[in-house]
Amino acid sequence: MNKIILIIKREYLSRVRKKSFLIMTILGPILMAGLILAPLLIESPDTDQQTLWVCDDSGLFESKFEKLEAINTQILKQSVEEVKLLFKESDAVAFVHIPDTSGITLKELENNVNVFAHKPISMTTKKMISRNIEAVIESIKLKNEGLTRETINKTRADVNLNTIIMSESGSEQIGSTEIAMGLSMFGGFLIYIFIFLYGAMVMRGVMEEKTSRIVEIIISSVKPFQLMMGKIIGVALVGFTQFALWILLTFALSTVATRLLVNPAELNPTELIEVSEAALSPEITQGSDMSIILTQLSSFNIPLLLGMFLFYFVGGYLMYGSLFAAIGASVESETDTQQFIMPITIPLLFAFFSLQMILENPDSSLAFWASIFPLTSPIVMMGRLPFDPPVWEIALSMVLLIIGFIFTSWIAGRIYRVGILMYGQKVNYKTLWKWIKQS
Amino acid sequence: MNVLEINSVSKSYSNHLALDDVSLAVPEGQIFGLLGPNGAGKTSLIRIINQITMPDKGALLFNGQPLNSNHISQIGYLPEERGLYKKMKVGEQALYLAQLKGLSEKEAKKALKIWFERFEITPWWNKKVEELSKGMAQKIQFITTVLHQPKLLIFDEPFSGFDPINATLIKDEILRLKAQGTSIIFSTHRMESVEELCDHIALIDQSKKILDGPINQIKEQYKQQIYKVDFASTDLTFLENLPQHLQLISKNKHQAEIQIVNESSASDLIRFLIDQSDIKGFEEKVPNINEIFIRTVKGNLA
Repeated sequence: MNKIILIIKREYLSRVRKKSFLIMTILGPILMAGLILAPLLIESPDTDQQTLWVCDDSGLFESKFEKLEAINTQILKQSVEEVKLLFKESDAVAFVHIPDTSGITLKELENNVNVFAHKPISMTTKKMISRNIEAVIESIKLKNEGLTRETINKTRADVNLNTIIMSESGSEQIGSTEIAMGLSMFGGFLIYIFIFLYGAMVMRGVMEEKTSRIVEIIISSVKPFQLMMGKIIGVALVGFTQFALWILLTFALSTVATRLLVNPAELNPTELIEVSEAALSPEITQGSDMSIILTQLSSFNIPLLLGMFLFYFVGGYLMYGSLFAAIGASVESETDTQQFIMPITIPLLFAFFSLQMILENPDSSLAFWASIFPLTSPIVMMGRLPFDPPVWEIALSMVLLIIGFIFTSWIAGRIYRVGILMYGQKVNYKTLWKWIKQS
Repeated sequence: MNVLEINSVSKSYSNHLALDDVSLAVPEGQIFGLLGPNGAGKTSLIRIINQITMPDKGALLFNGQPLNSNHISQIGYLPEERGLYKKMKVGEQALYLAQLKGLSEKEAKKALKIWFERFEITPWWNKKVEELSKGMAQKIQFITTVLHQPKLLIFDEPFSGFDPINATLIKDEILRLKAQGTSIIFSTHRMESVEELCDHIALIDQSKKILDGPINQIKEQYKQQIYKVDFASTDLTFLENLPQHLQLISKNKHQAEIQIVNESSASDLIRFLIDQSDIKGFEEKVPNINEIFIRTVKGNLA
């Protein structure tokens, strides 16, 4: 027992002290923030404003285009042919020609608006132009039908469904499908990433021991199974440390970022109080969105979800970790790992992609079987949990995961103990089977 | 007293028999040479002694007790194919390996300090293994093998990778350990070092033990009654007509090797020879381990 702790300690410290660990820990949140911020930055308008020419024969659309903020518009009164000539020499991004409405129907007009440009224009610009023209045409059509914009707005309906979950004790709680889905996806995704990142780390660690030939010295002091489990647990602790640091760093970064970016005067303290009050009050008030999210979040049994998350997180990792260790013990170079990694990747990928489908229908038979089968259950059951699956299904899935873990580590242990001392042998599934059978 | 007794051990792998009913006894405080051609089953046997693998049949006794995991701390093993964690620092690594053998951190540090000073390698403590040369890494490995003062040491080709100076250093350390009462199993293909170090040898070939005993006894057993004689004159024509019971093995200018093929004694040979010529030297030719090895393995093959 003492020896396995020594092994865990070495596996942990030797990885945590590496420069690459430090770099990944710092880069992780930055990359994550980058992934989230990049689309926002790309979406934000260009600072150097482009010019759009509008040649509106009827003059009906001019007022609409004059008010645009995203782009400079210039209304040209000349005829189309003249504007075309002028446009050739100009640096305007495009010019829109809206034909006279008098001679044609609105239907014909809709299909006869032309945009001339030096090069293909962006989707955003194109959409912006058509939206403005559509708005004017719609107004005309409304007028023709004797309606106004206000009438239409008044008739609009927007239903927000309040899902109320009635528990057996009779208490009613507000639930939210969106939040449930968000939680599921996030939990499943974390487990998926963790298994891949740190499972591969276990595999490389085992291969390092095998190729550097230190393994024979070590297993003359400890049992191969102890060495394998020590490595798997040590690497798991590395993963926990890294995840904890990522969360802390992300939290710190976002706090600093909000402090820097948001003017303190804009943060209204009374608003914050309202939010917390709204979160406490049982009825849905007209509070901000945040308060609704908070109330809905509280409808989930957070400690239970977290506990289950930890269980599936650890269980899934241990199960796959031992398989990765067995692969590392069977091969002598990274290139040989591919044929054995494939069958491990397939159930993981399957679980991850079926998660999407399962969220649409969390009580389907696919959802049931995938959340029971140990190789997929860590990801899939995590996805189903916010939808309150029957207790017996959860219990069955947990028991099967434990059995699955014991079974895979038994198999892996048998492959490991033989494979780790085998050199220069071409290893295929037949040899693996022989190793498993060997006493 | 035997430190280790191996009683009819057999081990087979999926497609071949590695050890077939092998029995050995390693006497305490001696150097025991474990010899055999490549693939004979030596490594399989060593792995069984180290409890890396289990025998299919047979039993092992360590100090008279059935071999169990408590004995791990009393055995030190230097495998033929050896390595260290490349990215780990020398000192940390030595401490780790010593602790795996059951030493406390404090004991290990103290013992390591002594060994590092003896080998004059204290400045390496904070170096990474990948910065060391192969010979340097081998020294570290030797230290980690013997650090926990095991009762039984197993060296598999301990001199490979060492230059002559360091090989001598290691050889002296092995002899010092023996003088302290440590029993040593020594596996090698270098027969001259067997000759130099071993008290007892065993030869394994094709999964079976074919020779076992104290080295002097074995040599005695393999003597072929061959005598090397130095003559004063260079006229050795009389050697062409030797009597029936004598056979000329080889000769050069004034030296010859003569074998007695019947029961007659060396004195008879001398008596016969002084009648023919002047003898300057007379010596019995004792077979060396190399010859014995080749003869037995070839004989086993036939």
